[in-house]
Amino acid sequence: MTAAKAVLRAWLPPVVAAAIMFGCWEALLAVLNPDGFVLPPPSRIVSALFGDFDTISTATGITGFIIVTGLIAGVLVGALAAVLVTAFRSAHETLTPLAVAINAVPIIALAPIFNAWFGILSPRSNQAVVVVLVFFPVFINTTRGLGQVEPSQIELMESYGAGKWRIMREVRIPNAMPYFFTALKLATSLAVIAAIVAEYFGGRQDALGNIITNSAGLTRYDDAWAAVLAGSLVGIGLYATAVVLERLVMPWYFAARRAT
Amino acid sequence: MSDASAANGPDGDIAIDVAAVELDGVGKVFNPGRSNEVDALTGIDLRIAPGEFVTLIGPSGCGKSTLLRLIAALTDVTDGSVSVNGKTADRARLDRDYSMVFQRAGLFDWRNVSRNIELPLELMGWKAADRRQRSAEMLDLVKLSEFARHHPAELSGGMQQRVAIARAMSFDPKLLLMDEPFGALDEMTREHMQNELLRIWTETQTTVIFVTHSISEAVFLSTRVVVMSPRPGRISAIIDTDLGERSEATRDHPEYFANVTAVRNALRGGHAS
Repeated sequence: MTAAKAVLRAWLPPVVAAAIMFGCWEALLAVLNPDGFVLPPPSRIVSALFGDFDTISTATGITGFIIVTGLIAGVLVGALAAVLVTAFRSAHETLTPLAVAINAVPIIALAPIFNAWFGILSPRSNQAVVVVLVFFPVFINTTRGLGQVEPSQIELMESYGAGKWRIMREVRIPNAMPYFFTALKLATSLAVIAAIVAEYFGGRQDALGNIITNSAGLTRYDDAWAAVLAGSLVGIGLYATAVVLERLVMPWYFAARRAT
Repeated sequence: MSDASAANGPDGDIAIDVAAVELDGVGKVFNPGRSNEVDALTGIDLRIAPGEFVTLIGPSGCGKSTLLRLIAALTDVTDGSVSVNGKTADRARLDRDYSMVFQRAGLFDWRNVSRNIELPLELMGWKAADRRQRSAEMLDLVKLSEFARHHPAELSGGMQQRVAIARAMSFDPKLLLMDEPFGALDEMTREHMQNELLRIWTETQTTVIFVTHSISEAVFLSTRVVVMSPRPGRISAIIDTDLGERSEATRDHPEYFANVTAVRNALRGGHAS
């Protein structure tokens, strides 16, 4: 189980660091600010989480669904667009400037507009924000990986009479995998941010973003922090999933790095 | 030059007369009609018989690699014609009549050594069991059997290039095109690889066209050396260098040194022989 061992090696140091950080946070607040009104200690955040576990877990389910579906859709569309752009020159000339233009738009700012399109209480508008935000890093990174292939490897495939799509499958896509996974890991945290911030502007009222804004508005900071914690856990879980997927899909990549 | 183009042989076997490669008035111009137009090759006539080992040698910019790519149909001729085994170069490419080896081994990191060798066989639709068997035979040929499941990155440069040769030879191509295959190797590895290549060539009877910068390499390996000169790229001399069966001792042979001198003089623009 080298994959499990690799995950452990990647995750143990940050977990220890986090434990130290939360320990200091708890201890300092106990001395400096015992009422913990504006910044509650971690223990109170955790007890707020379990104190209203049903509300938070329901909210996490709703927001988590938006995050995961938006992430999957954005990644698929980004990767597919990258393949199209690489395969067809005309697509490259049309799609790439368009994608760059879309990226220049402050996408979070579109959330209220998407609410008008999809309905203020619909999760569709929040999903749309996630999709658009995730699309760009995946598209750009994957396109680079599909394009940065050693020219002699392409000539080799052509010398075997391989066509464009065979070269795509055998050379370009494997070559793009490390680039794609870098983007995917970036996209997991972007998706969490996008979903929660989009919920500040609309969507279902029992989702994480709305719990944060409502609780903060009512000065129930413990509950606001509990919702933030839940969002963080979703983000960490998705990042870990991306790391495990990366190891499973490209064992050769890590073997090559060990060898050199 | 040897008259490989002699008409029907005494046994009337027509097939023996089909040249492995025939270049007729071949010219190549890059960026025609633009300010950066380059005459890469002009007036190339060359006939290579099956089983020959022909080396293209010349200074940088003489078009030797371009000539190899024209034979491989990886780029198109501007003038003249190229035929490979009596077909157009592109037909020969699609029929997998030839195989290429580059200066960089170009192995795929995502395949182990054995599966790298199987790649052309996969493209040709071989069954998995046949592919594995052939891959094992090829690893035996290049003496790397114990590395079948290794990762390319775990191999030295010379071993990687041997895998590239095994990959190139896996489907018994009639013609092997090699573009400075040993250019990135150190001198000791290079001489070892030259011996290996000659052994494989003798065992398989494949026609080889080999591009190099090295005079000694050209003379040691080839039956004929084609000397090229730049601006525009053309053939300036063709020198017979067939030393019969070669071994390490050949490198100290007086005839070998005479051939080295002849090629060197031709490269300097003097007259060969």
